[in-house]
Amino acid sequence: MNTESEVNVFVHSVLHYFDTTVQQVADCGTPYLALSRTPEVSDYTGMIKISGKREGVVFFTAPKNMLCIMLMQMQETDMSHDNLCDLVGEIANTLSGNARRDFGHQFNISVPSIVHGRNSTVDYPAHSRPIVIPIEWRTYHARLVVCLN
Amino acid sequence: MNKAAVHRLMVVDDSNVIRRRIERAQDLPGIEFVGAARNGREALELHQKLQPTIVTMDLTMPEMDGSDCVAQLVERDPLIRILVISALADKLTAIDAIEKGACGFLCKPFTDRQLNDALYKLIEE
Repeated sequence: MNTESEVNVFVHSVLHYFDTTVQQVADCGTPYLALSRTPEVSDYTGMIKISGKREGVVFFTAPKNMLCIMLMQMQETDMSHDNLCDLVGEIANTLSGNARRDFGHQFNISVPSIVHGRNSTVDYPAHSRPIVIPIEWRTYHARLVVCLN
Repeated sequence: MNKAAVHRLMVVDDSNVIRRRIERAQDLPGIEFVGAARNGREALELHQKLQPTIVTMDLTMPEMDGSDCVAQLVERDPLIRILVISALADKLTAIDAIEKGACGFLCKPFTDRQLNDALYKLIEE
């Protein structure tokens, strides 16, 4: 499986999440290599770490407002910090589940972790450049970041 | 209590968003939501009090995962019907859950309709 196929697994996971859970299509923008080694994270970030045949991190990062509207679409009335963490955690959980299914046992995939705040830092693998995939939904902008070496 | 309800539903998931979503989305006549647990250990504690007849069960949870909880619930109550709802989408995970005693498997993410279809199959079989 090449890098493009690997990235597509994650992109489809996120787009499928929007299709099924909030039942509104999200769009994938043009992927790009991060100019800096550390792409900015947004308010809430759900992350999985990968080891084995490839090493690195994959995360979905989104602004609070976007996650609140997603919860509203799910008929949820509680926009608490815990529920926002839950939501990005579930998206990361989907990334993890699909990666396990499609990549098989050559990849070890961690349980998802959640970080909060735009100043959060991510441990990227050495000698790698993250691929950033913009995810557009309604008027909101999230990012899927795939960094594997 | 809904007197027409014949199936008592307990939801087990470490995500509050998912627990509440399943509670809201399930709308089959004959199913009454009786409670929710955040992990397998809590589900076992609540089982005696709530006496659910059907359960939706996440797999990856802290303290006690869903796979162990399925096995213990089935040992306590062989008639209980358990629908595993998990993001772990590979066949081996589904087969393992069924071997432990689950009656069905639904992949996350899911639509309300997919949830109700899966619950319908659970109570009709």
